[in-house]
Amino acid sequence: MIPEFGHYALILAFCIACIQGVLPLLGAHQGRREWLVLARPAAQTVFCLLAIAFAILAWSFYINDFSVLYVAEHSNSQLPIIYRLGAVWGGHEGSLLLWIFLLSTWTILVAQLSKALDEFMVARVIGVLGLVTSGLLLFVLTTSNPFARLLPAAQDGRSLNPLLQDPGLVFHPPMLYMGYVGFSVAFAFAIASLLSGRLDAAWARWSRPWTTAAWVFLTLGIALGSWWAYYELGWGGWWFWDPVENASFIPWLVGTALLHSLAVTEKRGGFKSWTVLLAITAFSLSLLGTFLVRSGVLTSVHAFATDPRRGIFILIFLALVVGSSLALYAWRAPKSTMGGKFSLSSRETLILLGNVFLVVSAGSVLLGTLYPLLIDALHLGKISVGPPYFNSVFVPIMIPLLVLMGIGPWANWKNTDLVVVIKRLWLAGLAAVAAGITIPLLMGQFTWLAGVGFLLAFWVIASGCLQIIRQAKAGKPTRSFIGMQLAHLGIAVFVIGITMVGGYQEEKDVRMSAGDTVSVGGYEIQLQSVAEALGPNYQAMRGTFLLMKNGKAEATMYPEKRSYFSSTMPMTEAAIDAGLTRDIYVSLGEELDDKSWAVRVYYKPFVDWIWGGCLLMALGGVLAMSDKRYRMKLKKQIS
Amino acid sequence: MKPRHKRALLIIAALAVIGVAALLILNALNSNIALYVTPSEVAAGKAPHGQAFRIGGMVKDGSLKRDGLTVHFVITDMAKDISVSYTGILPDLFKEGKGAVIQGRLNSNDEFVASEVLAKHDENYMPPEAKHALEQAQKNGSSK
Repeated sequence: MIPEFGHYALILAFCIACIQGVLPLLGAHQGRREWLVLARPAAQTVFCLLAIAFAILAWSFYINDFSVLYVAEHSNSQLPIIYRLGAVWGGHEGSLLLWIFLLSTWTILVAQLSKALDEFMVARVIGVLGLVTSGLLLFVLTTSNPFARLLPAAQDGRSLNPLLQDPGLVFHPPMLYMGYVGFSVAFAFAIASLLSGRLDAAWARWSRPWTTAAWVFLTLGIALGSWWAYYELGWGGWWFWDPVENASFIPWLVGTALLHSLAVTEKRGGFKSWTVLLAITAFSLSLLGTFLVRSGVLTSVHAFATDPRRGIFILIFLALVVGSSLALYAWRAPKSTMGGKFSLSSRETLILLGNVFLVVSAGSVLLGTLYPLLIDALHLGKISVGPPYFNSVFVPIMIPLLVLMGIGPWANWKNTDLVVVIKRLWLAGLAAVAAGITIPLLMGQFTWLAGVGFLLAFWVIASGCLQIIRQAKAGKPTRSFIGMQLAHLGIAVFVIGITMVGGYQEEKDVRMSAGDTVSVGGYEIQLQSVAEALGPNYQAMRGTFLLMKNGKAEATMYPEKRSYFSSTMPMTEAAIDAGLTRDIYVSLGEELDDKSWAVRVYYKPFVDWIWGGCLLMALGGVLAMSDKRYRMKLKKQIS
Repeated sequence: MKPRHKRALLIIAALAVIGVAALLILNALNSNIALYVTPSEVAAGKAPHGQAFRIGGMVKDGSLKRDGLTVHFVITDMAKDISVSYTGILPDLFKEGKGAVIQGRLNSNDEFVASEVLAKHDENYMPPEAKHALEQAQKNGSSK
């Protein structure tokens, strides 16, 4: 009975989401207050119903109700409880439910935290979010019902893909979706202001913290995914330009552009149409990402769904969202294009240029991701576009962007004297060039790529430090200033990480018997033994490796080759000895004849800086969001 | 400077960025795209020479031979066989009788030297390219 309640809650949620989507928008259009006031209670009801549905699905996993098809397919009774709960979003149906539940969470947050805002605006924002919610609920109800029954019930479940049995599964998807879905708020604000014709600085001030929040979640979500791939998939890479990764990275790039463009709109009233267009684009790309990952059009690890009906539904939904918002945009976009006047050497120009670089890079990633699909759809053959394409296009576009990052914060709004900026920055430039030359030499080998990488990273760091010193002398810096500097510093830390890994990592595939030693990056790694070990729902061959430096033992590492009872698929569990300046990564390949093993060993200098940089970016975003000028609004709402 | 000129300059700058990006993209697409070729097509000499490409198909039963870290196996679409060599660690799901997609190039002895072996992470999953190769070969076989 209980799963039917969940299904029933979803149907009710759909009906009320339709009301939430239609009546407030009509009410705002015709000036009917009695329809307007429905927005908040409707959003609250949808949220409660979805929370119930979500809790019921989680309950079905908790009690191992294998009469629910989705549970039977993604869990089994031996699965540890934490993964049983993570498995709620381990497949197509559940992850969509999570998507919608998070959408409704954002809606309710907007509804609760926007009491100071004009009620017409709030009603429109909630209305637009309601339309998106109802569209996706229709999708779930017609093609992907998580509560579908399996009769007769299965004896035991099929189990979760062993790759997903990892704490990463518990955190990565909700984080990522929170970010994806969060752009719907920026989108709804943009559409609402197009509808009302009031595109002003107040609108930008309202949508800015929401956009930043979404961006923070997306940053963390992508970083978690990358980290998970690094330690769990056993390949030792941190980014593969896999279509699924790109699907989350493209909205991130556009979202970053949106953040900066919103700053101009808030401070200077400029770039209004551009900002609106970016908000629409960021959300459309999030939807496209969902389509790419969920429809099974990709030949990728993540695409567990292969039902063409689903793909067609999302494609139609996407076309409707993009088409109608672009039509609205064409009709209502403000005529004054540039807003406040500014000269060619001003912060506005630099931000605009940065925006162009971000959008162009997003476009190039999108092209590389969709190109094989397009060629295949047109029956022109099957091709694959690999990492070399992305590296050779994306990296050159990022170089000028990083140069701009060092200059932009120094420029004044409206007009700035470039000579003054250069006078203040020459020291930073000098430091950057020195770092670009000396660090690669210290690492033992100079390459142009490494040189440019360090130069850019230290350019951003030095410029940021000079500015912080200047600001600290002038008085107490605001939180949004510190946040901006921290986020930029995060980019620099990230660049140091990828430059180090890209230029100086060592990888060895070797054949080892007990007692053999392999050396990598100045460390020696000795295989001591390989023995059987038993886990809660798997059996493993566990290697014992001794990590030594100059003959002194530093750590013992235990990589495993697991086979899960509920699946015939073997699974490599790498062992990583992490450190601030290097990771040592050991994974077991297969057993060769005569008791020796194929072993993969990596030395990865500064690899953890990649995710550390992302953390700094997210932290910067959080600080910027908590700036006084947004908090004042909050206080006003509470009183 | 007049606002009109200013806007023109900004637009030119943006177009320049897009132009350079387009050049980069075209250049990269030209040299970094790997074609999918079926084993039958390779046997018919239709594979690109001196350039990397991908083949998809089944790993033939009983064909896997180890020589230290180097492995030799045969990829088949049930019509034609291609022998492949690879040095390194194979992915977890690489098995005889299962589908696989392999990137690499032909050497002078017409052996396919793999640089990357992709076997996807789900035991019930068949790479679409491998499936495509099998279907293609079947179709050609039945129409003859």
